[in-house]
Amino acid sequence: MAVMNVNPTRMELTNLKRKLATARKGHKLLKDKRDELMRRFLDLIRETKTLRLEVEEGIKIANEHMSVARSVMTDEEIEVALMMPSQRMNADVGTKNIMSVDVPVFKPELKSAKDGEIFSYGYAFTGGDLDEAVSALSTVMPDMLKLAESEKTCRLLASEIEKTRRRVNALEHVLIPQYEETIKYITMKLDENERSSTTRLMKVKDMMLKEAHHYNQA
Amino acid sequence: MYKIAAVGDRDSVLGFASLGIDVFSPLETKEASRLIRRLAEENYAVIFLTEALAKELGDELSKYHSSVLPAITLIPGARGNTGEGMKAISRFVEQAVGSDIL
Repeated sequence: MAVMNVNPTRMELTNLKRKLATARKGHKLLKDKRDELMRRFLDLIRETKTLRLEVEEGIKIANEHMSVARSVMTDEEIEVALMMPSQRMNADVGTKNIMSVDVPVFKPELKSAKDGEIFSYGYAFTGGDLDEAVSALSTVMPDMLKLAESEKTCRLLASEIEKTRRRVNALEHVLIPQYEETIKYITMKLDENERSSTTRLMKVKDMMLKEAHHYNQA
Repeated sequence: MYKIAAVGDRDSVLGFASLGIDVFSPLETKEASRLIRRLAEENYAVIFLTEALAKELGDELSKYHSSVLPAITLIPGARGNTGEGMKAISRFVEQAVGSDIL
């Protein structure tokens, strides 16, 4: 790993040591964050997977009934029956904070003229399969909202985990080794300077002594 | 108050109309991408999109991935399940863990 381009001075050394300590602390914190995010994510993704299987099964059943209904009724009849719903479904949106990631929370909000009335048509002109299809869809709808919520959460968590992992890796494999090597380089350089100045002093002392002796002899 | 939409071919989404959520059936891809953009700007929190249409839209959807709203969720259409929704979940795992471990 490359040594940073710095002057080998004591001040630079103190600065670098401080930076290294911060980097190590940050690395530890980010690693903890990553681990915790990962734990939550794995729990959630398992949940999401089972939820999706259920929802897809429910929609499949609804679609089967719907295709039977379409074969016995004309398109216009179906459209007339379905297009004026007796209820109105909205989503109540809150947010939740998972490890500083904002994720949505959806709650279905039903407004209907009559409670529990999901059929928007009289039964005179429609077949029983249409009823089945509509009721299958209405049972699966709350799960669909839950699925939308947890899939979005998984998506947001996954990208946060990826980001955190990159940061952890950058600290661990680039920044911290770089600081360590630079600190080592500066320490070596300073030691070397010290040794060289000691030798120089010894040499000078030697020369001075020699000169003094000569002076004394003369 | 946020709204819910179902987008896809008519046969797939018509049933959802009776539940009181808004259904849209765009006829071509261009219209669909315009529609999604409009829904995202308006008060739609959840958009259920058929897998078939999502495939046509492709990258158009990726810009909504990082925002909290709207949540675009894939559902199987009337012509059967393409497995695209499940693949999306595997992709999350891949992105987070580095490989698909589930």
